[in-house]
Amino acid sequence: MSQADLTMHGHPSAEVMSEPAFSVPAKKMAMWLFIIADTATFAGCLVAYGFVRNATPDWPRPFHSITNVAIMTFVLLTSSLTMLFALHSAQRSEKSGAFRWMMITALLGAVFAILHIREWLGLIGEGVTIFHNPYGTPLFGAVFFSVTGLHLLHVTGGVIALVAVGIRYMGGRYKADDLEVTGLYWHFVDLVWMFVVPLMYLLNMSH
Amino acid sequence: MSASNTPSGGTGRDLVVYVCLLILAAIQFVISYQNISAGSMLVRMLIVAIIEGGLAVLFFMHLWDNRGLKWFVLIFAIAAILGMQYGWTDSYRQLLGVPWAH
Repeated sequence: MSQADLTMHGHPSAEVMSEPAFSVPAKKMAMWLFIIADTATFAGCLVAYGFVRNATPDWPRPFHSITNVAIMTFVLLTSSLTMLFALHSAQRSEKSGAFRWMMITALLGAVFAILHIREWLGLIGEGVTIFHNPYGTPLFGAVFFSVTGLHLLHVTGGVIALVAVGIRYMGGRYKADDLEVTGLYWHFVDLVWMFVVPLMYLLNMSH
Repeated sequence: MSASNTPSGGTGRDLVVYVCLLILAAIQFVISYQNISAGSMLVRMLIVAIIEGGLAVLFFMHLWDNRGLKWFVLIFAIAAILGMQYGWTDSYRQLLGVPWAH
């Protein structure tokens, strides 16, 4: 008889092993592990940016206005709140309310992405690209588009996930737990933006 | 349909945290207009960002309500930050050439 058989059949530890780690369901634990790994990815990118910025004497400050980034921040923070409203509705078994709040969250995410792309197009229009920068070192464009692009990729993936999970929740295939796991990802995207804004935008403002 | 297993602090608490996050974000924007060195600006903005992140993780992501998971995430986060600290300080050593660069 194998060790697995002993564990699964009649062994006293079987009940203990069936308890989820940290009293957290497997899906939620998997999302937390992903978030921790993704935190390291973003932190690595931002530290690399800090190193490059310190090592470059003529680092450019191409941003003239905070209006667009302020609106983007407001939209993303508000989308986190609407995601919480979706979760509360799901916990109260209000399916249509949860779906409506999730779609509002996805819409706010889409608005954020559009504003982000508008920001990019403005910079590209001024001649800033990954390999070129009229204000100084081309490293600025490389770092800026890489870090904000990685975040935009997360937002886009999040919007798709919100719509997909929302539809499946309405169809009865997903439950409130699944909304909570999706919400964790969405709040994480919001959290990363709290660090991207000061480091990538506000420190590069020309007043 | 099963309800989510995570206890929730309610809409009132979420709204309070949301307003706090908006205020903290506004403080970051105000700091960017202060006439201080880039280093001081960076430190002040990072302190505000860490408070923002802490609020988001504890209340929006419900770590406040889950004691076991709170320690799990905290230990992993500290390990990641300590690991990155090694690379960060070493990058300064390479950049500035001191100490023991050659």
